[in-house]
Amino acid sequence: MAQKMAITLDVNGTEHEIRVEPRKTLSDALRGDCGLTGTNVGCEHGVCGACTVLLDGVPVRSCLMFAVQAQGKALRTVEGLSTGGKLHALQQAFTDNHALQCGFCTSGFLMLAAGTLEQQPDIDDESLREVLSSNLCRCTGYQNILRAVRQVRDAGKEGAR
Amino acid sequence: MKAGSFEWHPARSADEAVALLAEYAPQDGRVIAGGQSLVPSMALRLAFPSHLIDINGVEEFARVRVDGNELVIGACVRHAAFHVPVEPGPLGRLMVQVVHDIAHFPIRQRGTFCGSLANADPASEWCLLAATLGARMVAKSVRGTRVIPAADWFQGIMTTALAEDELLAEVRLPLLPEGSRAGFYEFSRRAGDYALAMALVTWRDQGGAMQDVRIGAGAVEVQPRRLAKAEAVLEGRPRGTAAIDDAAAAASAAVDPLEDFHTSADYRRDLVGTAVRRAFAQAGS
Ligand SMILES: Cc1cc2nc3c(=O)[nH]c(=O)nc-3n(C[C@H](O)[C@H](O)[C@H](O)COP(=O)(O)OP(=O)(O)OC[C@H]3O[C@@H](n4cnc5c(N)ncnc54)[C@H](O)[C@@H]3O)c2cc1C
Ligand code: FES
Ligand code: FES
Repeated sequence: MAQKMAITLDVNGTEHEIRVEPRKTLSDALRGDCGLTGTNVGCEHGVCGACTVLLDGVPVRSCLMFAVQAQGKALRTVEGLSTGGKLHALQQAFTDNHALQCGFCTSGFLMLAAGTLEQQPDIDDESLREVLSSNLCRCTGYQNILRAVRQVRDAGKEGAR
Repeated sequence: MKAGSFEWHPARSADEAVALLAEYAPQDGRVIAGGQSLVPSMALRLAFPSHLIDINGVEEFARVRVDGNELVIGACVRHAAFHVPVEPGPLGRLMVQVVHDIAHFPIRQRGTFCGSLANADPASEWCLLAATLGARMVAKSVRGTRVIPAADWFQGIMTTALAEDELLAEVRLPLLPEGSRAGFYEFSRRAGDYALAMALVTWRDQGGAMQDVRIGAGAVEVQPRRLAKAEAVLEGRPRGTAAIDDAAAAASAAVDPLEDFHTSADYRRDLVGTAVRRAFAQAGS
């Protein structure tokens, strides 16, 4: 077994000092070592997108990175979306549009959408469909997810935190 | 599943990366670039390297630039870099089109162009581009640097000419001359899936006839390649439906398709012809 390494992860603006083996994925470190279980893990090989987080503002699969690789990067997870007990515009829109049922995929979709709208606030419908096709949802059938994200884009609430 | 145990060696320069590779390659060490193929295969325990040389922190590898008539793509240039044209000519535009068929948006933020070439999946879009245009791969090791042409690079399914202590430092793609036409089409079952067949075509219109025709097929055989017989059908002919149909038929006849549980050789053979026709159609009139 390889030696554990002491690393610091910056998640939602808070520094987490943890000790991990190099083989520990970022998703497992967020959940098991930082105690941030909002990020879900489905397939563990890049297919489902449940584990999507923002790495320096960009959506990535946290199961396809090792935690040691995320040192010095600004990470954001679903726990960082709401502020002072107030839901992020995307969280509210998901609720209003019935864009979740079991919720397993939701944190991944929220982070995917948040990162996308922050970078491309005017993203067109076709590109948005392409981006949202990155993640899997086994419950809602995608239309409501698309509707929720479009609503936030149209309201120009992007990046509202 | 979880990846097996390994030691992690982050490199800060190209020289440090090749030195680490020279030291650890004999002990089952290898490079990690975007990790978007390697980490899944480690999670599935198809790969269990003992050492990973991480090149994500090597700044000189993050550059893409034009040098003479070549586009030079460093080892850590991500797929996402090609969402916008990286050069103003036809190649830059072609790459924007091709990149959208590679995996999904978040995977393209990490995965690298050179990683795709090193991985040499038969269904890799970038490998098809490299094979069709005749890219040159620049391999670096402590023993020196050598340049490997696309014709020698691909050596079967997920196999390349790279030695175990060599790092693919950059890929050099020839720019398409101004006035070149290019088209790409791939068929896959769902958005983001690996292709079942794809075709990439380029040519120039010269006095009403097609010149310098290149037709490449990927995801069909063990490695992507140009289909010389199909190209010969079109060279010097005016572009028209009949000519393209002839080329598509020649392409189907020329390939020796892979088979898998879902996809028979006949189906793939048929699909290649369709992909060639659609690649030409996609290039517009
Ligand atoms: C769900 C999913 C869908 C995908 N769909 C597609 C698709 O449709 N088309 C497609 O082309 N790809 C697809 N991919 C793979 C993706 O494009 C990878 O990014 C790519 O295959 C490998 O690049 P990487 O930088 O991630 O390499 P890594 O995963 O880091 O490495 C892959 C292999 O190449 C070696 N390597 C990498 N870089 C170098 C180098 N510079 N020198 C020497 N060796 C090196 C590594 O040692 C390893 O063996 C998909 C991936 C996932 C998870
Ligand atoms: S758990 Fe990461 S993509 Fe499925
Ligand atoms: S809400 Fe259940 S998987 Fe998406």
